[in-house]
Amino acid sequence: MIKKVLVFVFLIFQTTHFFAQENKSGQIHGNFGFVGQTYKEDSLIGAPFVAEKFLMNAYSNVLFTKGGFTAGVRFETYLNALEGYDKRYNGIALPYRFISYQHEKLNFLLGNFYEQFGNGLILRTYEDKDLGIDNSLDGARVIYQPIKGITIKGLVGKQRFYYEHGPGIVRGIDGEFYLNDFLQKISDKKLHVTLGGSFVSKFQPDDDPVYILPENVGAGAGRVSISHGGFLFKSEYAYKSQDPSADNGYIYKTGEALLLSMNYSKKGFGLFLNAKRVDNMSFRSDRNAKLTDLNINNIPATAKTHTYALATLYPYASQPNGEMGMQGEFNYRFNRNSFLGKKLRMFLTVGFSQVNSIKKTFLSDGDGYTSDFFEIGDELYFRDIFVELEMKFSKKMKGIFHAYHQEYNKDVLQGLSGYGIVKSNIFVADINYKLKPKHNLRTELQLLTTKQDKGNWLMVLMEYSIAPHWFFTVFDMYNYGNPKPDKRIHYYSGNFAYSNKGTRIQLGYGRVWEGIICVGGVCRNVPASNGFTINITSSF
Amino acid sequence: MKNRYKLSTLLLILLTTVYIQAQDNKFSFPSVNIKTLDGKTFNTSEIENGGKPILISFWATWCKPCIKELIAYDDNYDDWQEETGLKIIIISIDDSKSVDRVAPFVNGRGWEYESYLDENSSFKRAMNVINVPHSFLFDGNGKLIWQHTSYAEGDEDELYELLLQISN
Repeated sequence: MIKKVLVFVFLIFQTTHFFAQENKSGQIHGNFGFVGQTYKEDSLIGAPFVAEKFLMNAYSNVLFTKGGFTAGVRFETYLNALEGYDKRYNGIALPYRFISYQHEKLNFLLGNFYEQFGNGLILRTYEDKDLGIDNSLDGARVIYQPIKGITIKGLVGKQRFYYEHGPGIVRGIDGEFYLNDFLQKISDKKLHVTLGGSFVSKFQPDDDPVYILPENVGAGAGRVSISHGGFLFKSEYAYKSQDPSADNGYIYKTGEALLLSMNYSKKGFGLFLNAKRVDNMSFRSDRNAKLTDLNINNIPATAKTHTYALATLYPYASQPNGEMGMQGEFNYRFNRNSFLGKKLRMFLTVGFSQVNSIKKTFLSDGDGYTSDFFEIGDELYFRDIFVELEMKFSKKMKGIFHAYHQEYNKDVLQGLSGYGIVKSNIFVADINYKLKPKHNLRTELQLLTTKQDKGNWLMVLMEYSIAPHWFFTVFDMYNYGNPKPDKRIHYYSGNFAYSNKGTRIQLGYGRVWEGIICVGGVCRNVPASNGFTINITSSF
Repeated sequence: MKNRYKLSTLLLILLTTVYIQAQDNKFSFPSVNIKTLDGKTFNTSEIENGGKPILISFWATWCKPCIKELIAYDDNYDDWQEETGLKIIIISIDDSKSVDRVAPFVNGRGWEYESYLDENSSFKRAMNVINVPHSFLFDGNGKLIWQHTSYAEGDEDELYELLLQISN
């Protein structure tokens, strides 16, 4: 294997080296990432014994482009994978490589690729290092733009499954039509209309001794986007044929999903509203896969991604088996001629999101249940109401203040039982003080209060930065209200980081609480740990 | 073990060579389709500013340091434009979950940047961006002058000094 890799790399680099020498327009760029951590057993916080004592994840992407030609590879090394990542990543490999060529209106690609049709309801392959997700397709893709305003994509591939491929074959086609470019009748210059449609099918042999399972499962979707001035309306509807899977308990019911979204904005003012209904829309290239493995599609979560630590303690994740949700947000910049706008530079955000179950009437046949499209289920999954305020007190001092009320269905969202709904109120103050030019002290104070689960939390963070290179951060997250007195633990941490051009090196020591990190509505459990960390990223 | 050693040595040599070459060349933007805030397609190979400097900044609505950075740029943008002709292009990497929040966010703040949506991180990947914020500064000849990750208050001063250097 290593020999093969060597030869491949050598060939690519030789070619590229040659090209780069011959012609200045050939370019090579890439990046490098390394995360390492030492692990110390800490029974107080539940950090387990780790036999290796040190674990690491690393990768490097290299891209070569010349004219219409692009080639790319990514090396990955997990010796062994950090706690919280799937151990099937352990090892050294070259799991991502592709070549592509642009020939006039056609783009050909062979190898691994990431693609999204519409909003991703029936196809989205992507990579997220923080979550340990890489569901890239390995196969062939063609993109054709016959005339301005029309894009057609076709693809076939198998999905990456750690260092192997998933068992299913994925085939897809997508067309997008920007009507303005070939409908002269749209004389209103402010009006833009885009229509799109896609079809995806997966093939997986039926090796079940008892059931007759569909070997080909198809999904189709149609979408529209209309904008006029500061107004934008978007919608997409998706449908999926019978797809018995581990996710839905091997029922034969078809799936569907609807997304509606609108926003309106003008200078100093923005409004966003979004609604969603999802019913039995889990779609994977292996019907038996679970967790984050081999997803072909991606259902966007109906909730805002918060960033302050305590506001993300109870994060929401999409429920592809069924959910109905709504969210909205309002942004307002106070008029620059008013006191609040001119003197305090005040900016206000108010928003909400709520997600419920869908109403299901259970059946005894293979369909499992029926569900009325318009009826909202009784069970609350998640609710979030938030107010965010930014202001500038003086040239030296700025502040951000947030307040949230969240209700989190721990049973449904974490697949547990007996916890019920965790209701919490969260308050954040983030104050930035400029001590002298380039020297800043940032202080975060965060408080979470709840009567359920682990009780109240307090967090204090201080960060001293010297622009443009240095950061020193210390924080303590204290679960002072835990109903069990012996679990009232301090999770402290210290970090320093050096950043220069495209490179950043961070060293730290700390205790990590057991929790969930989420990106884009997909989450992963992070186990408790205690140790030193090193984190290097570099782009060249 | 021997092979692994060979592999790493080879890589090191190659990457060094490559790094030196990458520094020398005029940067040509990868050809990736991204979207404007009103839903039109834009190809990134068409990025240009008529021989004046360009700053490209990758950000997301959920990224606090990104927002702080863009607020700091916004406070100076009029002056920078006047003095150096700089164009700032901001690329949101918000995915389908939050992509529709971008226009109300950007317009709500009254930002005048040229603003695009990179919903499945295609342009981000093509530019080898790992985390946001990540900014790239190109001079009037399209040469990559500087890149910067993360944001600390006052970083904009370094950018301004560089801008003055490349404009003279």
